[in-house]
Amino acid sequence: LKMNYMPGTASLIEDIDKKHLVLLRDGRTLIGFLRSIDQFANLVLHQTVERIHVGKKYGDIPRGIFVVRGENVVLLGEIDLEKESDTPLQQVSIEEILEEQRVEQQTKLEAEKLKVQALKDRGLSIPRADTLDEY
Amino acid sequence: MVGTVTSQGGALGSAGDSDGWVEELFYSFFKSLVGKDVVVELKNDLSICGTLHSVDQYLNIKLTDISVTDPEKYPHMLSVKNCFIRGSVVRYVQLPADEVDTQLLQDAARKEALQQKQ
Repeated sequence: LKMNYMPGTASLIEDIDKKHLVLLRDGRTLIGFLRSIDQFANLVLHQTVERIHVGKKYGDIPRGIFVVRGENVVLLGEIDLEKESDTPLQQVSIEEILEEQRVEQQTKLEAEKLKVQALKDRGLSIPRADTLDEY
Repeated sequence: MVGTVTSQGGALGSAGDSDGWVEELFYSFFKSLVGKDVVVELKNDLSICGTLHSVDQYLNIKLTDISVTDPEKYPHMLSVKNCFIRGSVVRYVQLPADEVDTQLLQDAARKEALQQKQ
């Protein structure tokens, strides 16, 4: 029983109660059941899990109910339950993935430091883009 | 269950009106491309290829049968077939040239510009 009040228009209404993956602007990935939406793409996620990916490994941290402000949403993907069990990725414990993540962040930070210094030596800098929502 | 849903945007102004409502040229343009294959490049540098399913007045985009075009350093998208992309995070929408009637688009843009002047 699918009613579309405005045919051709993107709507999240049919996605309600389905399992979704949400990419946030800060780089985090949330997975949960979509329970509520509004015109700003504010979301309510149920039985949410924060999934951390490092290389081919991933770990899930249970987070309960999440209310996500729309401006932080990059994308919302419907999880295909069949494809989900077919993944080449390896699930590990929370402790392990957090450690892997820490190591990855450290390597990135060091590489970034070198880059910033190299630019600075040439009289250049990268401006920070702290984005504001336009709506 | 928690949930209030308001219909997208209340009163949708008719396209190209001179009553001061927001320009709908690109909304109409994207509506004409529903069903075509596009590549959406996001501000976080992620590029997603898929079929344009629908678009709304905020230029939010729904794609079906997606694939991440760049090398799969984004493993989390493997089990996702359809997605909703918030309009505000889109940097580019890439389309094949033969899907676009540039003449029509130019004429529509000129009309829109004239009406906005009034």
